Amino acid sequence: MVCDNCGSEPAVIHLTQIVDNEMKTLHLCQACGADKGVQGTSSPPALPLTDFLAQMGKPPSTSTALSIRSRCSFCGLSFKQFRESGRLGCSHCWTTFDSHLNGLVRRIHGSNQHVGKVYLSPDPSVTEREKKLEALRRRLQRAVELEDFERAAALRDEIRGLEMDRS
Amino acid sequence: MTDASPSPLSPAPEDAGLDWLDASGEHADIALSTRVRLARNLQGFPFGPQAGDPDRGSVLERVRSALSRVSSLEGAQVTDVTELSPRARRLLLERRLASRELVGGEGRKPHQGAALVVGTRRPVSIMVNEEDHLRLQTLGSGLGVDEAWHTLDRLDEELGREVPYAFHPRYGFLTSCPTNVGSGLRASVLLHLPALVLTKEIGKVLQGLAQVGLTFRGLYGEGSEVVGNFFQLSNQTTLGKSEEDLVEHLDRIVRQVIQYEVRAREVLLRDAAGVTEDKIWRGYGLLRYARSLSFEELMNLLSGVRLGASLKLLPGLRVYPLNKIMIFAQPAHLAEAAGRELSQSEEDAHRAAYVRRILASEGEVTSDGGASQDPSSTDPTG
Repeated sequence: MVCDNCGSEPAVIHLTQIVDNEMKTLHLCQACGADKGVQGTSSPPALPLTDFLAQMGKPPSTSTALSIRSRCSFCGLSFKQFRESGRLGCSHCWTTFDSHLNGLVRRIHGSNQHVGKVYLSPDPSVTEREKKLEALRRRLQRAVELEDFERAAALRDEIRGLEMDRS
Repeated sequence: MTDASPSPLSPAPEDAGLDWLDASGEHADIALSTRVRLARNLQGFPFGPQAGDPDRGSVLERVRSALSRVSSLEGAQVTDVTELSPRARRLLLERRLASRELVGGEGRKPHQGAALVVGTRRPVSIMVNEEDHLRLQTLGSGLGVDEAWHTLDRLDEELGREVPYAFHPRYGFLTSCPTNVGSGLRASVLLHLPALVLTKEIGKVLQGLAQVGLTFRGLYGEGSEVVGNFFQLSNQTTLGKSEEDLVEHLDRIVRQVIQYEVRAREVLLRDAAGVTEDKIWRGYGLLRYARSLSFEELMNLLSGVRLGASLKLLPGLRVYPLNKIMIFAQPAHLAEAAGRELSQSEEDAHRAAYVRRILASEGEVTSDGGASQDPSSTDPTG
């Protein structure tokens, strides 16, 4: 029997739980089990059960690339440290642990896509500028809908300024 | 306070964080203050648990050198939190200008590089090297989420042109804690809801908040308990909605909660006028003459008195002195005024003395307001 999570390694941990009056059995390999905080009968789960339950029923392979030993190459934060403290150590962590963060962020916020302000770095690329313009136009439309004309005027000026930079 | 004494928050301005006291904002009797903060990190430096002393030092230097080019921060003053006395750090906390994470406390010293930038022309400030590199914040009177957001948005735009922020096309502004990512925006309104508590309706209201994506905390934010019927309502999530939508949503829900509170006050006055009025006057009497007050007792009595001022049951009493008491009768503020640390019993005595003095000079009621409820006027034997 292969692991329900990664689909490649042999399953050595068999976890039976009752969820919504339905019995579910999950078969995991050693690595995926450890990743989810289940390490067989000898050691207690390293992660809260709620977190494990939240992972259940999700399509496999969401966190196959990540083991608790994964580390961010920029700041050195390990995935284990993140799971313990809940804090990331740098911008690069967001890329390193993306496969886990994507699901986590969706559970926390109900979304995994930022739709607010677009940041334009002090030395922006053409694509960045276009994205910023797009976001500003969205905000302008919203300001007009809300009849916040003072704000709309300020946004219009900002859009014009950016368009002038472009040309 | 004497003019000659140096600012206790030196070099932060002495009136820093006090703009909301004047109760000039909308619904300021119920909505004490509005606060908005934005979490930002700088590109290229580790943050949160991985930021070392040299990193924090560099971040502070980057911010310091950018200040002169940010017009929202013209004349702003930078306070190195590590150089402040423990009492001065507690003052910042009591002013709600700094978080415990920034100033340390309970045996933990602030991190190297922890600093507070306080604007002198606008009610904006920045916590530097908190959990995130930057926490831009503004605090204003009454219910004014939209205005607070625009003030902060302007500061954010200006500062972001000077120091490069960490930004991800999908996740937005990157933060140390995934609960803040995206907009990095947390907007909150401090509400006084005594009638909802007295009529036991508050449970339903607070439960409802969770369903509409809002959450509540006590007076001092995260992890603090609710005292004196003061509740801080704020947005729960930061990603997937635009800043304008987050702000508008909070504003709309807070207005509803205020309406519920107003209605509960009407019910109180209709069904329990005598008891309510008695509670308010007793509270006023205790505050006016007590010789010893713990902070918790003060906040509970102040809650009744604030309700009385709001309902005009204490004629002539304004909200301003009550707001002032909330700030200046806190432990570190009392110790600062006394010029020394106070024992618990001394602190309680100093608190009572301060409250008596403020109520005598700025908080006198102009009549006893009792005529409408005078039982002798309806007493058939009288």
